[in-house]
Amino acid sequence: MNHAEGRWTGQQRNRSERLARAGAALGGALDGKVVQASHIVELLHAVLEPGDRVCLEGNNQKQADFLGKALTRVDTARVHDLHMLLSVLSLPEHLDVFEKGIASKLDFSFSGPQAGRLAKLAQSGKLNIGAIHTYLELFARYFIDLTPRVALVAAEMADRDGNLYTGPNTEDTPAIVEATAFKSGIVIAQVNQIVDKLPRIDIPGDWVGYVVQSPTPYYIEPLFTRDPALISEIQVLMAMMAIKGIYAEYEIERLNHGIGFDTAAIELLLPTYAASLGLKGKIARHWALNPHPALIPAIEAGFVESVHSFGSELGMENYIRARPDVFFVGPDGSMRSNRAFSQAAGHYACDLFIGSTLQIDLQGNSSTATLGRIAGFGGAPNMGADARGRRHPSKAWLKAGEEARAGRNVIPRGQKLVVQMVETFREHMAPAFVDKLDAWQLAEQAGMAIPPVMIYGDDVSHILTEEGIANLLLCRTDEEREQAIRGVAGYTPVGMARDKRMVENLRDRGIIRRPEDLGIDKRMATRDLLAAKNMKGLVRASGGLYDPPKRFRNW
Amino acid sequence: METLNYRFEGGQRPLSGMPQLVGVVGSGNLEILIEPAHLKGACEIEVRTAAVGFGATWQAVMADFHARWSLADARVSVNDMGATPAVVSLRLDQAVESIADLPGGAP
Amino acid sequence: MSSYQELTARQRIPAMFDAGSFEEFLPPSMRIVSPHLAQLDAAVSFDDGVVVGRGKLGGQVVFGAAQEGGFMGGAVGEVHGAKLVGMLQRAIDERAHAVVLLLESGGVRLHEANAGLIAVSEVMRAMLDVRAAGIPVIAVVGGANGCFGGMGIAARCANTVIMSEEGRLAMSGPEVIETANGVEEFDSRDRALVWRTTGGKHRYLLGDCQVLVEDDTEALRAAALDAIADIPVSGAPLTLDGLLAEQAMLERRLHDTQGLTEPMDIWKGLGMPDPARVPMLEPDAFLELAAQHRATPTLGER
Repeated sequence: MNHAEGRWTGQQRNRSERLARAGAALGGALDGKVVQASHIVELLHAVLEPGDRVCLEGNNQKQADFLGKALTRVDTARVHDLHMLLSVLSLPEHLDVFEKGIASKLDFSFSGPQAGRLAKLAQSGKLNIGAIHTYLELFARYFIDLTPRVALVAAEMADRDGNLYTGPNTEDTPAIVEATAFKSGIVIAQVNQIVDKLPRIDIPGDWVGYVVQSPTPYYIEPLFTRDPALISEIQVLMAMMAIKGIYAEYEIERLNHGIGFDTAAIELLLPTYAASLGLKGKIARHWALNPHPALIPAIEAGFVESVHSFGSELGMENYIRARPDVFFVGPDGSMRSNRAFSQAAGHYACDLFIGSTLQIDLQGNSSTATLGRIAGFGGAPNMGADARGRRHPSKAWLKAGEEARAGRNVIPRGQKLVVQMVETFREHMAPAFVDKLDAWQLAEQAGMAIPPVMIYGDDVSHILTEEGIANLLLCRTDEEREQAIRGVAGYTPVGMARDKRMVENLRDRGIIRRPEDLGIDKRMATRDLLAAKNMKGLVRASGGLYDPPKRFRNW
Repeated sequence: METLNYRFEGGQRPLSGMPQLVGVVGSGNLEILIEPAHLKGACEIEVRTAAVGFGATWQAVMADFHARWSLADARVSVNDMGATPAVVSLRLDQAVESIADLPGGAP
Repeated sequence: MSSYQELTARQRIPAMFDAGSFEEFLPPSMRIVSPHLAQLDAAVSFDDGVVVGRGKLGGQVVFGAAQEGGFMGGAVGEVHGAKLVGMLQRAIDERAHAVVLLLESGGVRLHEANAGLIAVSEVMRAMLDVRAAGIPVIAVVGGANGCFGGMGIAARCANTVIMSEEGRLAMSGPEVIETANGVEEFDSRDRALVWRTTGGKHRYLLGDCQVLVEDDTEALRAAALDAIADIPVSGAPLTLDGLLAEQAMLERRLHDTQGLTEPMDIWKGLGMPDPARVPMLEPDAFLELAAQHRATPTLGER
């Protein structure tokens, strides 16, 4: 090879060097692609180089915990200043690598339980945050400027050729592995089992460098289970308003629900309240959604035709297996999820996103940022944003677009419904409506370029509280928009400062609608409307197929 | 605990019947005892609340309650464990409906 | 099917008694609240968390009470306990047909210290007095908070304990055991384990609960009626023979469960087939199986 060619094959040659080092270091502990678990740190020493970009799974649910722990045990003299890429920082080990000086830079999407510690580490200078992303954004950058050099992933099973079965919790793996494998990167997978024949191949062995069987199966957190026993009457009322005031009104057939008790209440009201309004077959037919147990009654009642999922949910495996016409299920019978595609689906192929938040300001911007915690975004902004690249029409999209543009001199286009659903007061009487988001202060505290906003006000189409629905699409001035928000902000200081006459006028024009305006009798808003009132009710609805995780049992 | 008292005049609907109780004094919830009383047409409301410092909010909620129901010769007594205004208004309405509908006798 | 555990105490009473027949003693309008909580500047409840009174059940005069699990976990304070005792004593005075107690309690209200302890012991004594007067006492345990502590003991002073499988009956609460003896001894967050250890099905198999029905107010009401009818005339009082039979059952239990730490192993020891499936069985299927294997006190033993 002459000098000129060598210039273009640096990454490939470097990859070969790393593989050779690994072969030499592991000796008999490496059999083809299979590495003995006892030698995992040696493998990492061999294939990692200082300054590498390392992607660690770190998914919303599935965690490559064995590899994550192993990474904390490398010798900093040999491996340091790694640039970590994670969808979700959920385990202590994810931050231990920074404490120990193994890693120094971080790009991620969501941090959940580690948000407080992350903030402290960032402040102490041991951790330098590149940027905080949405999931889809982060996956996108794996193909542009944040391509991993080494990917540490988790799978259910592998065969000896390195083919992987990722099953229901496939999640982020395909996006991570494709980007890494096709840019001369090295993929290491921890698996629960090594078998002769996989149920199906989710990741081809050609893309995988090493496979190691971890001593214990990887941990999955049940994040999408909500006990119906905890749904309140107020949440039932809000769910009724969502169904009658929005889903029916706009004929929402394709949608995504952000996780929460509010949306669980909507899911549980479909077979009862929505059915009584004659909406079966007209709304809530196609979903981008994790397999929420709360959706079981609606599936059984025939509302739901299809669900594509970002990940899976503990306890739902057998139910999904028995409903392959609804879920995305392989020929082997188990589900396949895919976070990247589900995010894209939520962005482009859904007509409505509805979710909750912690704070909303006078322009409708919302944030879950709180002081002292750097929590990030996850996937909500992808669903909770108008899809300006969309071109195909639907009734809901055209209607929303028309409402937003009526009377204005602009070319017609559609718009996605982005609904923020929130009770005016949260726990401890903290108001959900504020003059200024805590996000501003957090940005200053953490040295962020701009305040971290989850959903921007100009993407929000409706705000729904127990006081009613504010239709921001119909507002024509900033002042109208502000008063519409104040008009549903109830007894919060923001709500109390409303211009009473303007709010009355907005109500007359249908921009604010109260439950009575929607023809909803508040006295009907009781838990009796829920298709299942407790976990056992969900199990019964599933015909015994749903097997709730232990923490949700009360029998 | 904080105790707040309100008195509203000019109510149009005199209350009659047996006292009624709705709700439970649990976290985020409250109980409301509603009963007829000789108050020269007024509606008196006493609130004992574990959430201290929200007098202005209670004032607004009670004013709206009176505007909604316009009770006369009624005493409303509240034991509150941090319920939000939404829950308070809901229970107040439930309390009025319980005394208006009942033939009397059940707890 | 209408869930009993969903309902508040005030909603359970009219559901269990004949429609419109229940008259409450010391109603909330009398504002007999806890002096101890007031002193601690804590929230009080107008009925101190318990409804007591008299009504009809199947046309017969029956006295009753319902504890409100939502208020301080249903824990018994001085006033709460005094209301129960007063109702029980009045039941004797008025020669009630039966007493039905809808129990949901964490036991003694610790805020009230000795007053709470005394209150619970007085409740136990009064229950036994009611039985001694020839009046059956039925305990219904089906609320979400279970029946623990001193009230767990009190429940077993009744003639009959009726439970749903969601109900729990025990002395020490799961969190208390974990705090005192560590998570290896008892992981209180393993709710499936908590219910295997304290829930209705386990209690039924062990013989601490005599009737198991589903979480449905109609079913519990019917079970209460049947339970009263099943007690023979003069069968209400606790007799020496009855006590000895219970103690023999407990001795057998102690012997048979020696060294066992997992309820499924206990069920296996009783002869239940496929113990792992027991928690998922519907009530009818469970009762059929349990009938052949559950422990019971046997009169005449010893």
